[in-house]
Amino acid sequence: MSEAATVTHGYTPGLRITDRALIRRLRRLPLPGEIHVAVGDEVRADRLVGSTQLPGNVVNVNVAHELSMTPEDVLDYIIVTEGDEVETRQIIAESKSFWGLFHTIARSPISGTIETISEITGQVLIRGAPIQVQIDAYIDGTVVEVHGNEAVMIETKAALAQGILGVGGEAHGSLRVLCEGPEQSCGAELIEGDCDGCILIGGGRVTLQALEAAREAGAVAVVTGAIDDRDLDSFVGEPLGVAITGQEELGLSLVLTEGFGDTPMRRRTFELLAERDGRRASVNGATQIRAGVIRPEVVVPEPGATWGAMDEGEMHGLAVGSPVRLIRPPTFGELAVIEELPEALTQIATEAKVRVARVRLERTGEVITVPRANMEIIEE
Amino acid sequence: MSEHQALRSILATDCGSTTTKAILIELIDGEYRLRVRGEAPTTVEAPYEDVTVGVLNAVREVEELSGRILLREGEIIRPQQGNEGVDAYVSTSSAGGGLQVMVVGLVRSMTAESAERAALGAGAIVMDVVALDDGRRDYERIERMRELRPDMILISGGTDGGEVRKVVEMAELVAAANPQARLGVDYELPVIFAGNEDAREPVTEALERATQLTVVENLRPSMEEENLGPARGEIQDLFLEHVMAQAPGYPKLMGWTDADIMPTPAAVGALIEAVAERDGINVVGVDIGGATTDVFSVFGSVFNRTVSANLGMSYSISNVLAEAGLDNILRWVAEHPDPRRLGNDIRNKMIRPTTIPQQLVGLMVEHGVAREALRLAFEQHRMLASELKGVQRQRDISDAFGAAGAETLVDMMALDLIVGSGGVLSHAPRRRQAALMMIDSFEPQGVTRLAVDSIFMMPQLGVLSTISERAATEVFYRDCLIPLGTCIAPVGTRRPGDPCVRLTVRGPEGGEEIEVPVGELKLIELEEDERAQVTVEPTRAFDAGEGPGRTVEAEVRGGVVGLIIDARGRPLALPEDDAERVAAIRRWERALEVYPREPVGEGADL
Repeated sequence: MSEAATVTHGYTPGLRITDRALIRRLRRLPLPGEIHVAVGDEVRADRLVGSTQLPGNVVNVNVAHELSMTPEDVLDYIIVTEGDEVETRQIIAESKSFWGLFHTIARSPISGTIETISEITGQVLIRGAPIQVQIDAYIDGTVVEVHGNEAVMIETKAALAQGILGVGGEAHGSLRVLCEGPEQSCGAELIEGDCDGCILIGGGRVTLQALEAAREAGAVAVVTGAIDDRDLDSFVGEPLGVAITGQEELGLSLVLTEGFGDTPMRRRTFELLAERDGRRASVNGATQIRAGVIRPEVVVPEPGATWGAMDEGEMHGLAVGSPVRLIRPPTFGELAVIEELPEALTQIATEAKVRVARVRLERTGEVITVPRANMEIIEE
Repeated sequence: MSEHQALRSILATDCGSTTTKAILIELIDGEYRLRVRGEAPTTVEAPYEDVTVGVLNAVREVEELSGRILLREGEIIRPQQGNEGVDAYVSTSSAGGGLQVMVVGLVRSMTAESAERAALGAGAIVMDVVALDDGRRDYERIERMRELRPDMILISGGTDGGEVRKVVEMAELVAAANPQARLGVDYELPVIFAGNEDAREPVTEALERATQLTVVENLRPSMEEENLGPARGEIQDLFLEHVMAQAPGYPKLMGWTDADIMPTPAAVGALIEAVAERDGINVVGVDIGGATTDVFSVFGSVFNRTVSANLGMSYSISNVLAEAGLDNILRWVAEHPDPRRLGNDIRNKMIRPTTIPQQLVGLMVEHGVAREALRLAFEQHRMLASELKGVQRQRDISDAFGAAGAETLVDMMALDLIVGSGGVLSHAPRRRQAALMMIDSFEPQGVTRLAVDSIFMMPQLGVLSTISERAATEVFYRDCLIPLGTCIAPVGTRRPGDPCVRLTVRGPEGGEEIEVPVGELKLIELEEDERAQVTVEPTRAFDAGEGPGRTVEAEVRGGVVGLIIDARGRPLALPEDDAERVAAIRRWERALEVYPREPVGEGADL
């Protein structure tokens, strides 16, 4: 067996934290509909940019059963045709027998349109009223593309901080910094006064009580370093089994920049957001940690910015001198700098032979050996 | 390409959802052997959106490691000329989420379950099963079909000559939902109808306008009979013709390969089936990945596959925690990690899926998670791999008080071989860790061989078997399958310390007689390629395969671990008292030398 079998790859989630990003977000309707903006329009995050109607829910009425007859006979007694509009309780089929003495009827349980009438099954499908869907711009920016009657692209120059995991969907509001530094835990005592429409910026671990207080005070999102797994489960209402999120209806979106436990927000993220205290921003908690990874994000538009944006997705490999964060116990969350990258496979405490790095811990200056798989590059 | 002697070298790739793995096989001194393996990230997603980029990167690593030129102008050189190129290239794929199928049937436990088995056997992930008795209302079913966006829908229902109307009703629901295909915006969703032959015409009428309908033979022609082959074959054909053809870069990849691209699990299944058929044995195979766990079984030549979509070691690790509970994971660990910290650690593994345990206790916890994931996945497999439900059977009075469902085909006493695969088993620092994980979660009974896939190359060998059975078989037995040894586990329960079993082992090194009491594990050295004659004499409360207290004579094979005598009883129960449990776990770990007594290597001081 070749040595290649034991090669491990370093993990670099490539979270972007930058004050110069060119953000482009496609706003797509689930079905073609109407687009309400044109290329060149300046839009705010809450501006409706498109709307459509989804076909309504379908309800079936088993007419053969209701009229106590075989499906083949149903057509003779149906008094509506495909495409007809019907009201709730409207009669759609009736039969009379014994010279009209016995009268059986079938009614529509909803208002809607007759979709199909089947002589094979004797059932009538009725489609309810269309469901209105509207999408907003999500970020303050400019409409740069319109894709027919289905989608628009919004573009803005902005500061961007991606998190590692979030819950809840899109929100927009103004940033309000709660913590004095990235290490400070985010407890309920920090939530003071009216937070209506605010995106609250914490630092270290947020508690369940703080999230509930934030929601109560009208905040739309909380961005912080970490949370205890049990608090997250309580907040979401069920155990989070897989990291595919964004559909939860919580009334408050949450973006974690680091993960679980007592991990402070990395300083660069905290400073980037703290410097923009009070500014308008957009947040999306949607996360997918699978193929086609999606990260939660905080976007703070920079209206009128003239700088050139850094390339999106610019990534660097592990190199001597690279600042890294250690992401596995017993040194989870420690910041370090790579001192050496030995080529040969090295046996670690579990007896596994893996590629390692020698790193100097920022906090203590100690040099330790860590599997390369257990560190992530801190992108500047 | 048909099998012939001229194949001197073969390149095979497996395009997984995160990694593309390539292996180079060469004919060396008349035998097919694995030469090297390379890997690279899969490139189905942005920014590349072309699967062949990842394939070429993985092949480049193979080139570097083998010193053989395989690529010219971005294509694989074929046939082999001197030290350049290969004679054949084959591939499997589960990239982009694999093959996602939605199943529609009449009765959940009958035709719908048969359809589910057909889809799973074709290598699909079954996203949902819609059935008349699924407890949902029609609009909920329609909403579900719309929101899931499957790659295809398989409709079953009605035995031949049976129910027509309800089958057509279900087809009408599919038409009303008008579901859109997951990949590609301009093509109609493939739908297969494999139900009552009398319903073909009205079903076609209901569906032909909105979907691309194919009709195949009924997969459940009668209550007593399943006919899954035609539906399975059609699913795989449609996978190639439509789904793969829409995926980024696949039309190009399909042009390169010398055999059809197979869904990864279908290839693994083909290999497991071939092993069972070749040796005439009953086999269970398991592949525990980061997101999912696949279980395959062949009992009495009946093949079954299940996929537990949310049981895995990284992306789905939190779901294992949610389904099994922390206590069930920790019962396998002799240490007492802080539960709050442990919960956070498991969640951090979910969001940083490629990290590896750095300390011994972290490794033990991951092995505890693996045991629970394997146990749950196997439970699901036992339920689906069952006799046909709905068949009239004569029952005696005892059945009336027991479970009325069909019996599982999984007969642990009749099982000959368990093959484990996937990172946590294939890459365990000690092979005995893999052996004990498999014994603890599957609880083999009687005499059972254990093996692991050395580096997870069963998918490539499965697709290779379609062009060269010989090459696939030779590499499988010589380089892929690592025999761990044999487990002897009498079935029964008694108090710990009571007599359980006496064994007489006559091996190459002479004879040995041992007694193993209830509650203990014992390891007897028996090397790979060695065999021993064993006389197993269980006490009256235990059954080693011939009935309670009856002697079993068997020839057993060795392996890199050896002969494991498991006298802990079946069903396996851990002591309820915590101190006793910890003591038992430590004894078992010492008996098999599962973990080092002291941490070793770099970072051991941490």
